[in-house]
Amino acid sequence: MSENGQIYRISGPVVTAIGLDAKMYDVVRVGDEGLMGEVIELHGEKAVIQVYEDTSGVRPGEPVINTGLTLAVQLGPGLLTQIYDGIQRPLPVMQEKMGTFITRGVDADGLNQEKKWKFEPTAKKGEKVEGGQTIGTVQETETIVHKIMIPPNTTGTVKSIKGGDFTVSETVCTLDDGTEIAMMQRWPVRAPRPYRQKYAPDTPLVTGMRILDFLFPLAKGGAAGIPGPFGSGKTVTQQSLAKYSDAQIVVYIGCGERGNEMTEVLDEFPELIDPNTGKPLMNRTVMIANTSNMPVAAREASVYTGITIAEYFRDMGYDVALMADSTSRWAEAMREISSRLEEMPGEEGYPAYLSSRLAEFYERAGRVETLEGEDGSVTVIGAVSPPGGDISEPVSQGTLRIVKVFWGLDAPLARQRHFPAINWLNSYSLYPQSLDQWFKDNIAADYPEVRTEISSLLQVEAELQEIVQLVGSDALPVDQQLTLEVARMIREFFLQQNAFHEIDAFTGVEQQYHMAKAILTFQSEAKTAIEAGGVLEDVVNVPARSNLMRARFEDDYLSRMEGLVDEMTKQITAAAEGN
Amino acid sequence: MAGKEYRTITDVKGPLVFLDKTEPVAFGEIVELRLTDGSMKNGQVLDTSDDLVVVQVFEGTAGVDRTTGVKFLGDVFKLPVSKDLVGRILDGAGRPRDGGPEIVAESNADIIGAAINPYARQRPHDFIQTGISAIDCCTTLVRGQKLPIFSASGLPHNDIALQIARQAKLTASDEQFIVVFCAMGITAEEYNFFRSDLERTGALENAVLFVNLADDPAVERLITPRLALTAAEYLAFEQDYHVLVIYTDVTNYCDALRQIGAAREEVPGRRGYPGYMYTDLAMLYERAGLVKGKKGSITQFPILTMPGDDITHPIPDLSGYITEGQIVISRELHGSGIYPPINVLPSLSRLMGGTIGEKTTREDHKCVSDQMYAAYAQGRELRGLVAIVGEDALNERDKQLLSFSGLFEDKFLRQGRYEDRSIDETLDLCWNLMQTIETKYLVRLDQQWIDKYHPTDKKE
Repeated sequence: MSENGQIYRISGPVVTAIGLDAKMYDVVRVGDEGLMGEVIELHGEKAVIQVYEDTSGVRPGEPVINTGLTLAVQLGPGLLTQIYDGIQRPLPVMQEKMGTFITRGVDADGLNQEKKWKFEPTAKKGEKVEGGQTIGTVQETETIVHKIMIPPNTTGTVKSIKGGDFTVSETVCTLDDGTEIAMMQRWPVRAPRPYRQKYAPDTPLVTGMRILDFLFPLAKGGAAGIPGPFGSGKTVTQQSLAKYSDAQIVVYIGCGERGNEMTEVLDEFPELIDPNTGKPLMNRTVMIANTSNMPVAAREASVYTGITIAEYFRDMGYDVALMADSTSRWAEAMREISSRLEEMPGEEGYPAYLSSRLAEFYERAGRVETLEGEDGSVTVIGAVSPPGGDISEPVSQGTLRIVKVFWGLDAPLARQRHFPAINWLNSYSLYPQSLDQWFKDNIAADYPEVRTEISSLLQVEAELQEIVQLVGSDALPVDQQLTLEVARMIREFFLQQNAFHEIDAFTGVEQQYHMAKAILTFQSEAKTAIEAGGVLEDVVNVPARSNLMRARFEDDYLSRMEGLVDEMTKQITAAAEGN
Repeated sequence: MAGKEYRTITDVKGPLVFLDKTEPVAFGEIVELRLTDGSMKNGQVLDTSDDLVVVQVFEGTAGVDRTTGVKFLGDVFKLPVSKDLVGRILDGAGRPRDGGPEIVAESNADIIGAAINPYARQRPHDFIQTGISAIDCCTTLVRGQKLPIFSASGLPHNDIALQIARQAKLTASDEQFIVVFCAMGITAEEYNFFRSDLERTGALENAVLFVNLADDPAVERLITPRLALTAAEYLAFEQDYHVLVIYTDVTNYCDALRQIGAAREEVPGRRGYPGYMYTDLAMLYERAGLVKGKKGSITQFPILTMPGDDITHPIPDLSGYITEGQIVISRELHGSGIYPPINVLPSLSRLMGGTIGEKTTREDHKCVSDQMYAAYAQGRELRGLVAIVGEDALNERDKQLLSFSGLFEDKFLRQGRYEDRSIDETLDLCWNLMQTIETKYLVRLDQQWIDKYHPTDKKE
């Protein structure tokens, strides 16, 4: 056995080598072209390798070289604004090296090795340092300060440290045992980065999408699943989250999705302004794009690459949000490789370890105390693409068992052009209890009650609709007709949101609360007016109500709301009296 | 490059041939088989190791025995490409079918095709006018898009595809499309229908046809679309053409894929289709688009027939996850005699939103299309209610919506096979139909476009 082996067998992306001295998950170079691969199974003399590039034309007998390293990412300044493939090769660099099409055997560093960054030390000579501790900073983008940390599992005393302009590989700090620390560190993607302890999440991730924040909130450090059939708006929802959520860092993984869609993201993000900082959105974003026709093994790796980068920023004390679109494609990549390995399949041909892999991945989310004692979080939002929209399939079910937030996208809603097409009847969030304190402290004391009232109105509407389907709405008593009218207002005014409208796309939490309150005001005023003898049609069709609803597309809505609500109240009362 | 001929076949199973002991053979290498009667077959290596090689034979394994000679040609499958491809008809393996000479290669292109670097792509944004109102208004086709027709047996999807091929043009310029047509397992009758139509309209001179018919070997279908797309890539990105690729029928392609999977005793996924079908289909569909720095483009128009009209069947389902929308053909509309029977409700064009508007189509397009869609959807829903309670039970608004849904089908959807409506005509027609509904119910229309375009309520 040696570091160099030979190819014995090739079957698509799976290559078997003999005579190779390898550990599990070692990265190897396959064939004369040096294609990148990873050892995923050992059988006596044979090592089974998944190859991250197309294997056409490779023959048995060609060499296999073990690099002795596991699949790792380069972490350091230069990650932000970058766009990578599934194994952290920057796509712009690849375009430079090989043109329009992605060809084989080309290597590219994840971080630019030539660029110099201004390093400002914060640690001093003679200071004792340990893994995870910040020794200096780099202003990576306009908005983000990149903390340079001692790699985990390293301790010592600073012997020398210097500020100035350095490349990521140059030594900026030496420890007394001779260890040289550069700004770049490597971390194996399949191993979670260490932290001191996990906390229970208690702060919401504000997304600006009313149905999500108000009815089904997600906590910073939580995990959410978005299943939905094609055309129901998964990608638009994920992109809205990437644009508007109040995370400080966003990692967006396009896993096995459409090329043109990635191009749209690449085109659009540099132009967009982060509503939280007023600076370009790209400044806080790392993108990973492994489209559906790029090699399947790299697709399998892409989610690990993404989450490792997310954890690295978490370790600096940032709130990171990671979007994976779509985890089903990742699961399919596992299935494809598993079937080439001739493993015994579990449900629907997926490997038996599917649900444990999903669980391991989502468990890397969380709000933690970092090694340095800071508070940082990774929030994971995974899209799921269930075949035929049927969520009884293994990937959806495996996801739902782990995540605490379920945003169920719905084809009928999408067909009615109700966007975001999130079904309010079957979606859920298990976070409200842990987040209610935050809402009470920061927004209003009756926030939880308002939420309960709104969601029970929607529930009642669903029951009434069943009757209406049979007998028509005129047959209902007036108070129930009013309930339908109020529920329609919730749907059209509150739940529907235009992700492409400059103003409507993002609604702050406070405004969400006031919008919900306005609906409840309408309900109680209209009820009083009808009891006082008003005619339902007159009462609900007061012009001030549509003004209130339409004005949400305009600036300073929040400040104008009070006046608009007062006007509506007045008109409703007048409508009742006029009768 | 031609090597030794081996006579080491051990097993033959379905379209697969298993060989013992060869020199190292490359994965994906092309294979020539010489049968005892002297006839030749072609194949490709699917699995290779020191002890065993698996070859998939494109023409089927009839007549293959243990004495069949197998020669490995030392290269992966390539298509000779040159400008001379235009105007030619080739068979499913890329050989001339029109009696013409062999293609003289300018270069040989690997048919698997490399993935386009997403960073090198250019965002599609040019409106293609198909002249079909339902498509132009509601599911706008964009240059560089892949927009499949989801149809079913017995529906006129071929007519629609041909009408699009005839009429498709860019409103911004006079540039014409080159059509690359790829037949996978369709009947000779269907093929003749396509060919004669293309011939009659003169489009054949500007087309390349790759033809694998129902009685041609099924396994060959796996390479036919790859040949077609390789030709399309060459014409688009080397020769600056705008290429419209029509391939039919994706369902036959997937069945061939399943056949190979079954012969290899792979673990099947849903309905027996292989687990990698998503990736495999993506490697076809994703070969569409525009790239930075090149003038040409590839727009794909795949046709697939949904088995049992079931849109959740794995083939339409996986396709829908990859393509940028779909045009759904409805048996119900076809039954009521409407051509083209496009059901706009489940149809979708994902690239429409970023394309339509003042610069490409017309400023009112977005809200007109939203309003037409919404009103039609509501009208259709009311039909169900009317069946129970009768039309008299409806209020005024619902009556108008109900009658609109009939007009929508009769005047808007229905058009002649040779009727080519410009986008202006289509949108004006929309306004004409919408005026049958009182303006106060048309909540999705912006006031400014009502003022400008509404036939009776506009401000002069």
